[in-house]
Amino acid sequence: MGKTVLMQGNEAVVEGAIAAGMRFYAGYPITPSTEIAEQSAVRLPQVGGKFIQMEDEISSMAATIGASAAGVKAMTASSGPGFSLKQENLGYACITEIPCVVVDVQRSGPSTGLPTSPSQADVMQAKWGTHGDHPVIALSPSSVRETYDLIIRAFNLAEKYRTPVIFLMDEIVGHLREGIEIPDPKDLEIINRPVKKFAKQNGLPYHVEEGEWVPTMLPFGQGQRYHITGLAHGESGFPTNDNATAGKLVRRLIDKVEKNYDDIVQCEEVMCDDADVAVVCFGGTARAAQSAIEQAREKGIKAGMFRPITIWPFPSRELEALSKKVKKIVVAEHNDGQILLEVQRVVKNNCKVDFVGKIDGSVLTPPVILSKIEEE
Amino acid sequence: MASELIDKYMRPEHLPHIWCPGCGNGIIMRDVAQAIENLGLDHDKVVIVSGIGCSSRAAGYMDFNTIHTTHGRAIAFATGIKLANPELNVIVLAGDGDISAIGGNHLIHAARRNIGITVVVFNNNIYGMTGGQYSPTTPRGEKGTTAPYGNIDRSFDIAGLAYGAGASFAARGSAYHVQQTISYIQQGISHKGFSIIDVAAICPTYYGRKNKKGSAVDMMKYQRDNAVMQDKAVTMTAEELKGKVIIGVLAQVNYPEFTKEYQKIIDRLGREAEEREHR
Repeated sequence: MGKTVLMQGNEAVVEGAIAAGMRFYAGYPITPSTEIAEQSAVRLPQVGGKFIQMEDEISSMAATIGASAAGVKAMTASSGPGFSLKQENLGYACITEIPCVVVDVQRSGPSTGLPTSPSQADVMQAKWGTHGDHPVIALSPSSVRETYDLIIRAFNLAEKYRTPVIFLMDEIVGHLREGIEIPDPKDLEIINRPVKKFAKQNGLPYHVEEGEWVPTMLPFGQGQRYHITGLAHGESGFPTNDNATAGKLVRRLIDKVEKNYDDIVQCEEVMCDDADVAVVCFGGTARAAQSAIEQAREKGIKAGMFRPITIWPFPSRELEALSKKVKKIVVAEHNDGQILLEVQRVVKNNCKVDFVGKIDGSVLTPPVILSKIEEE
Repeated sequence: MASELIDKYMRPEHLPHIWCPGCGNGIIMRDVAQAIENLGLDHDKVVIVSGIGCSSRAAGYMDFNTIHTTHGRAIAFATGIKLANPELNVIVLAGDGDISAIGGNHLIHAARRNIGITVVVFNNNIYGMTGGQYSPTTPRGEKGTTAPYGNIDRSFDIAGLAYGAGASFAARGSAYHVQQTISYIQQGISHKGFSIIDVAAICPTYYGRKNKKGSAVDMMKYQRDNAVMQDKAVTMTAEELKGKVIIGVLAQVNYPEFTKEYQKIIDRLGREAEEREHR
């Protein structure tokens, strides 16, 4: 048994990340994610790790990728405007397959918006923010304890699939303080990137073995010289203009995530077994939704909650199955309807889909969700 | 047959390079390899980082740990690599637009931190890869495709800019002055702290043609005939220095290096934790 402590969501990001093996953090101050940088600055040198406050968000993302290329598990965190600035280098991490974790503690936008009222409006940016077709894994926690566990999972997925993982927090969970039990380190599953030397110097660093999705990776400085580029490349890692090679690369990058749906995708169903109405929500909004479905049950409405924990890839299969059982789905999210688009895509005409959202920076409360559940 | 230097430090299977005939980049790339050879650095402990642009393609030709990153961000990637593993010799190769326009912020802050990386600037006064637009180092009055009536911006002195921002080693070389440039790069790599070597390159294809500078040979002769050594340059007026190519070490000062200072914090925290345990 671990010890129980009072912890903030943003602190849980750092503690969980360190437990996962994070030893490098590069960041730039921005509310409501700043505590992640502050706590990293305190904690990392205590465990032999490195913290650096960079000159901007762009360089924070770059330094994070650089550190990971040198073999150190690395993370950066930001919020709204800063997440926008990280996008180009996020795409670089995708195509070069350099693992890293990028935390976005969402706040109200667009632009500077309402600093720093809660929001969940970066859902689509998490998927499409960087240009070009690319893979995305995004996770979203709804409690402090889940933040701790899920940031470890974020590192595990980043390392296993050699891809950036976006940790899509919101201000509600980031600034929430809850008593949590810290798990014993020996109970944690920690995954490290597949490391192997290639057959020869300047061999095939991006060669993928039969039946595998991900090439092995040897950090810089460990006796094997190779090239990394953001240009389209083949197994050799060197740039190419060959259409077939470029197409094969992008296909594999997308497939390594999409084809491993069962390993990557997680969602939670609460009181869905006999439900007539299901609320689809994620992150901090799930706290209000939980209360709303409990109140609905007291009123005799069979309500349940479907919560994607993995936002991208979206838990389509589970939601589709649910949509065939319920009469109505209420999508509740802190934006003008982003997850809603995915829900409509998946549900089609299986059941009615309603929406309740917020775009004014105030919180989505249980009574607002409840009245939508009650609507005929 | 390729020279021993090329065999040892280049990736012949990826040559010839993409640079135009007469381009100065190949000379500067060779200078970097010669400096590494002279210093006897371990191949496997050298990381070459580049951004985007003509000169940034050098990373792919050189047989080290090489990473060709995004436009302007090479220094930021290099900062992450160096801090994560300070044992590595991290060398950034960049063009003038890459390092002083889109990447200008990273240049001044890396200089201010005095992090122990070496930046070699292939300064050809133009954006070559995109076809000849004026850059922050295009002299006032000169032409580019986006300055068809003559550039009205003032140009950056990149070595001076970096020194002003806190770089503890700054030097200027040129494509013509091979021996001097090799020596400056060597000094820069050996220096404990942020070092920058701003090397005047030549771009006969775009800058040269647009500004009627003649052939590649003419442009090299210009560098030879208009070079002024740094110690002489400090005695000359701005008017006298117009059109001159300044060569030499601008500044070298000793100042605590970033990754070593950070290690001191880790060591101190470790000692304190140990003391607490023994108490």
